[in-house]
Amino acid sequence: MMDEKILKNMTLDDLLLRYPFVGTYLENNKLDIEGFGTMTFEEYLNQFDEEYVETWAMDKEKIENDLLVYILQMLSFLGLKAEQTVRSITILPGQDKVGQKETFEPITIRSGDIVSIVGPTGSGKSRLLADIEWTANYDTPTKRCILINNEVADTKWRFSSSNKLVAQLSQNMNFVMDLTVEEFLELHAKSRMVENVNQVINTILESANQLAGEQFMRTTPVTALSGGQSRALMIADTAILSTSPIVLIDEIENAGIDRKKALKLLVSSEKIVLIATHDPTLALMADQRIIIKNGGIHKIISTDDEEKRILSELEKLDKIVGNLRHNLRLGNRIDQTMFV
Amino acid sequence: MNLVTISGPPSSGKTSIILKTIQAVQNRGLKVGVVKFDCLYTDDDQLYEKAGVPVKKGLSGALCPDHFFVSNIEEVVQWGRRQALDLLITESAGLCNRCSPYIKEIQGICVIDNLSGINTPKKIGPMLKSADIVVITKGDIVSQAEREVFASKVSSVNPQAIVMHINGLTGQGAYELSTLLYDEKEDVLTVKGKELKFSMPSALCSYCLGETRIGDDYQLGNVRKMELGEQNDG
Repeated sequence: MMDEKILKNMTLDDLLLRYPFVGTYLENNKLDIEGFGTMTFEEYLNQFDEEYVETWAMDKEKIENDLLVYILQMLSFLGLKAEQTVRSITILPGQDKVGQKETFEPITIRSGDIVSIVGPTGSGKSRLLADIEWTANYDTPTKRCILINNEVADTKWRFSSSNKLVAQLSQNMNFVMDLTVEEFLELHAKSRMVENVNQVINTILESANQLAGEQFMRTTPVTALSGGQSRALMIADTAILSTSPIVLIDEIENAGIDRKKALKLLVSSEKIVLIATHDPTLALMADQRIIIKNGGIHKIISTDDEEKRILSELEKLDKIVGNLRHNLRLGNRIDQTMFV
Repeated sequence: MNLVTISGPPSSGKTSIILKTIQAVQNRGLKVGVVKFDCLYTDDDQLYEKAGVPVKKGLSGALCPDHFFVSNIEEVVQWGRRQALDLLITESAGLCNRCSPYIKEIQGICVIDNLSGINTPKKIGPMLKSADIVVITKGDIVSQAEREVFASKVSSVNPQAIVMHINGLTGQGAYELSTLLYDEKEDVLTVKGKELKFSMPSALCSYCLGETRIGDDYQLGNVRKMELGEQNDG
């Protein structure tokens, strides 16, 4: 285990060599250590005079302590990354909005499973998700309990900022940064402390382009991507870079993206996939679906053979619509032959 | 009575977050009041009133809002006690990035939003760096990657803070925040004698005293000049 004293006595050069992420800390705290590498962090901070400290609102003591906390956090983050710890989540029944007990049998969702969540707006889908995110332990308004790997969850999931339990993808999400696809992925990869950044960027780009109807490039600005391309990039990026073991998808529109492949990609990355949707194709792609009513889990339905047969019909329909869309885009006239 | 100070840049979603969080606190049978600080105008007090929350507002006008806040906080605390509140929340807009509104031993919460730009965590001073809890909003409209990058930037400037994601529209996460705001064992009788976590931005120059003319002849007191060489900075 790391000793605070040893850290305090290390020179900045040694710190950076051993913990490269210290560079991010220094940069984000606007500390330029060029020429000071042979000093300890404390010595470095002490060379700032009072006026400088005052002008730039520097809290020396906090900055010094924070670095230790930061190093510990990052090390534990890297450790967690090494052992992907969540293999399953289990939802134990609680109560609905009016205090009525939920009657479903505890449901266990394993990594690689897809579960859809259906129910009218305001029925409590957000609440269920919040319960999972917070690893509820009979202490939320629904009085549900969420087990991780069949055990009461460690509260670290509640407060860890770098290691959230749930990653979210929704129809309303946009890229807002002024960066190219490459720069964007590089930034994300670095924040996740990935080692071979370039390789990861390639993998994500390749996967995203397999999902997207229209190809895009490394140099495309993220804000210039179409809806389908954005969705494809978000999904590939989440599947490959996000460490969150659970992915919640809030609808994926059927335009410009291969949804089946998208789910496959997430599943193959060992994610637990939850989909809030009213789209029949998407809902039936799940192994099970949770029906929410009046704030409670009303029932859980397993997708049966008939539903799976209907799903393949729906997929054919989706293909036809996709083909029509493609032809429209090419400027072709639509005719009867396209309906088979 | 518990006291919590919430602050954050304008339009980051403070009021929405507080309103959603208050609901959850009220459901536990606790009485919550809010004092809203702003500069020239606010009508957020009406939103609080609508939610059945005792509310006061303080407009700092020509004064530095931070200085105005700290000169009034003791009276605000006594108001809260007279209202027999269990929890008093002060809300103030961090109008400059150098704001430093938190008091030692009193929980300080900073609200910032995902849309404010990736370098915002680097730009904000003590308001973010000395907060006990950082609430990040508007996560429902940016990508997962941007949320993760933003949160990691926040953690690198304030690793000790609890970072929470709250949706001000649906309230997702507000219940969870509410569980961190009230501690039975705590009772703030006064803030007299307490200290700020960090000194507030200060200046004492002729413009503080109402000078409007421009030029060296009129600049007295605490004045600092930019370095304007021929090269670009960088």
